[in-house]
Parts: sequence; C-alpha cells; structure tokens
Amino acid sequence: MTRFLSTPDDLAALVPDGASVGLAKEPLSPIALARALIRRGARDLHLVTIPTASMVADMMIGAGCVRVVETSGVTLGEFGVAPRFVEAVKTGAVEVRDATCPAVYAALQAGEKGQPFVPIRGIIGSDLLANRPDWKVIDNPFAPGDPVVILPPIRPDFALIHALKADRFGNVWVGPRHELKTLAHAAKQSLVTVEEIVEHDLREDEAASPNLIASLYVAALAEAPRGAWPTAAPGLYPLDEAEIASYARAAKTPEGFAAWLGGLESTPRAAE
Amino acid sequence: MSDVKLEERLIHAVAGLLSGSGHIACGVLSPIPGAAAMLTARREGARVSIIGSELPAYRCDGGVELFDQAAQGRVDAFFLSGGQIDGQANINLHGIGAYPQMDVRWSGAFGSAYLYFLVPKVILFRLEHSRRVFPERVDFISAPGVSKPGVHRPGGPHALVTNLCVMIFDRGKGRFRLASVHPGVTAEEVRDQTGFAFDLPDHVPETVTPGAEDLALIRGEIARDLANPYPRFARDVFGIAA
Repeated sequence: MTRFLSTPDDLAALVPDGASVGLAKEPLSPIALARALIRRGARDLHLVTIPTASMVADMMIGAGCVRVVETSGVTLGEFGVAPRFVEAVKTGAVEVRDATCPAVYAALQAGEKGQPFVPIRGIIGSDLLANRPDWKVIDNPFAPGDPVVILPPIRPDFALIHALKADRFGNVWVGPRHELKTLAHAAKQSLVTVEEIVEHDLREDEAASPNLIASLYVAALAEAPRGAWPTAAPGLYPLDEAEIASYARAAKTPEGFAAWLGGLESTPRAAE
Repeated sequence: MSDVKLEERLIHAVAGLLSGSGHIACGVLSPIPGAAAMLTARREGARVSIIGSELPAYRCDGGVELFDQAAQGRVDAFFLSGGQIDGQANINLHGIGAYPQMDVRWSGAFGSAYLYFLVPKVILFRLEHSRRVFPERVDFISAPGVSKPGVHRPGGPHALVTNLCVMIFDRGKGRFRLASVHPGVTAEEVRDQTGFAFDLPDHVPETVTPGAEDLALIRGEIARDLANPYPRFARDVFGIAA
C-alpha cells in the first residue's frame, strides 16, 4: 500500500545512495524532492531524464548527488546552458550516457511492458551509438538486410514525480502528462509529491480516471505545496523566470553555486 | 526593399522550402521556423505541431506521439540546428573537442538522431554563418547527414538556411549547393565564412523578397499567433505583447 509521509525529506530518506532515479522534463519538475535529496546528501545516483531535464538535474549534479546521467539533453532552455551539468561532464565528475528522446521513451515503454529490449529506427551512424555499448544493432529478423538498433529497457529503481493532486487512496492525477504514467509504470517504485491530497476517490471521476497513476505503483506520497517551484505547475503557478535566471547566474561558477546551495541548506522551506 | 527585416525574409524563404508539406513540426525555441510553418499553414492548409506548446491548436502529446508519427511517415517537415554543421550535413549538438570530456559541452541530441532519419524534409537553420559553426567536419556526429545503402532512411536534410544564404542539400552527392544569397551578401562572402566545400553555381540568385500579401500575413495574423508560443520573438521583432 502507498505510504503517506509528512515531507519530501521523508521520501528522500527512502532513496539509498547508488540508486537509479528517473524524472521527467518540465513543467512540474520534482524540485522539492530534489532539494530533499540534496539535503540528505544523496550520492552516486544514476539519474535518468525522461527524456531531457533542466534546472532539477543541474542542481542535483552540482550538489554532487549524481554519478551517472542518462539523458537526451540537459539545458536551462531560454536561460542558457546548464552550467553544473556542463562542468561535471567536462571534468568527468559525472559519467554521461547520451541518448535521443524517442529512444528514452521507447526504452521506458519496454520497461513498462516488461520486454527484454525494444527496436527503434534511426540512430545508425551517429556517434551516440558508437558511445553506447549497451545499444546494439541487429538485422531485422522479419526482413533481412535491414539493420535496426535495439535498446535495453529502462527500469529506474525510483520514479521521482511531482503532480498537482493525489487522493487519500494513493492515486496520483497527472493530467495530460501521459509520460509520467509510463515513468511510474516502468520504475520499480514511485515517490510522489503533490500540491494537494484530496479526500474523494479520483477513480470515481470519469474525466480524471484515465489520467491517474494507480496507487499500485506509488510507494510513498507526501504533500509539498509549490513543490515544482521555480518550474511551472500548469493551472496553479507559472515558471518563476526571475528565480531561474538567478539560479542560472549563480550556477555559472562553483562559488556561486555553493552560495546558492548554502541558502538552500540553511533555509530549506523559507523560499517555498 | 530595405523595410523588410531579415527575420521576415527568412520566414518567407523557409515557407517556400516547406511548400507541399502537409504536416510540419517544430520545436518551441524555433520562432522563425515556427512562423514559416504558420505561413505555410495559411497559404496551403498545412497542419503545424509545436513541441512543448501549450496552445491546443499546436500541442502534441508530450512529444511521444510526434516521434511515433514520424516513424509512420505522418510528419513531412521538421527543423534541426547544430552547434556545428558540416558539408555532409552531419550535425553536432554535443560539443567541441574529444568526447566525452569535451572542451565545450552543449545540451545533447534531443530528438535529432531519430527525426533526421524519418522526416522527409528536414530544414537546417542557423543564424550564425561562420567557419566556427560550419567546419569541414563536425567534432561529434549527433545525427548523420547521409546513411549507407540499406539503412532505413526515408528522411534527411533538404536545405540549410542561415543569416547569409540558402543552400540545398543533394542527398545522392552528400553535398550542399548554394541556392540563393540574401540582399547585400555575395557568394564569395558565403565561401569565406564556410569551412566546408559546397557547389557554387555560376549565377547565384538573391533570396526572394516577400510580396505584400505575405508580408501582411507575417506582420498581422502570424505575428499575433507567435506571441503565445514565442513571446520574446513576437515582442522583439514585431512589437507585439503576449
């Protein structure tokens, strides 16, 4: 059964060092959970981005939580490069396993379905393939003479998800973000923060029920109002441009990032 | 026509390249290709999907469905760019230097290593035409421009549009040809600023200036439509608030 915990820190305590964790691209980045992992001093995580990531990955990498990052792209988008990611890749502090978005989705779907591998078009002849020994090329068994890339499934130990609401039975509403369902299904267990836990059973609402992560997948849940801030929670709050711009500036140097991190450690909830 | 902005000329030029495409997809950080797709939609009724857009008319399902559509041949045109693009239309979105600990590291491949193979008409777009951006050979092939015979590849590069010119890619030869230069730009200048060899015809025409009807569309309906997916661009180029 889904465990209901008090804070994101209680969820972060469930993630051991060395675990693989999956998180999806913006909006609704699991920022409160990432902050809690940073506070806990998590180390050697294998971070899988679905399929890309922004500030949430950059801050976890900068804080030294991550050993391997498997991604199709890390960037702050309009706010520029992801400075801590770039630095960590250049120095070798993190090992990067570069991917391409549809490969991540396909491998996640293979994880969801319990398949041993999944074929995908494209990729052949790229340096991505040359640097992914875990990706193979086979000859199409149904139409020989047609080389096809196959990928191993992605099954993170934990999905880290922030959503707008869940019910007291542990069902999590993800709205139009179908890939969050896929992530939860593929991961061994999901740790979820939500803006709000509601009393009524979301499964009884016909409009909401197709867009739920069933409680079966949700290991633990905690309320975390503004838990995606400064990324957007569509319908509740927009992207906080000033805050992300301020992060982008601070994170340009190790000193600036350390100062930003210091503020985070000493006043974990003040800004939220 | 000196009152035509470079952005407007490029929107018009890219729309010309898109002609005949039924379904055009583009990224949320590509305002000029996005505007060109909208112009094609108005002129010919093309469908436009903008990855990451919140607008119902342009939205696509989390990006996932668009990739499936591409593999089925349901996407006719798409745009890619690169930190480096070489003469064989290889694109590099990863960085400069030896992989993985590169001297300069960029974001990563995104969907390029897949969509470049599957979308019939991929238009490369880059507003900095320099030897730095267009070297003889990219440092890292995020997505290759051409594939060996036998590799399933219904798609690939069609053209390269820059702040100086338009080049067309010949997939059989694996080589670009200079198709037009923008007003005030010479073929020699393009050659000087390009690190790779390309075919240079004896006569290179000037990139066509948009007519009054297209300009009115671009400055009117399209500028207004752009303000939602691309607020900064609409504000900076057309003075329109979101």
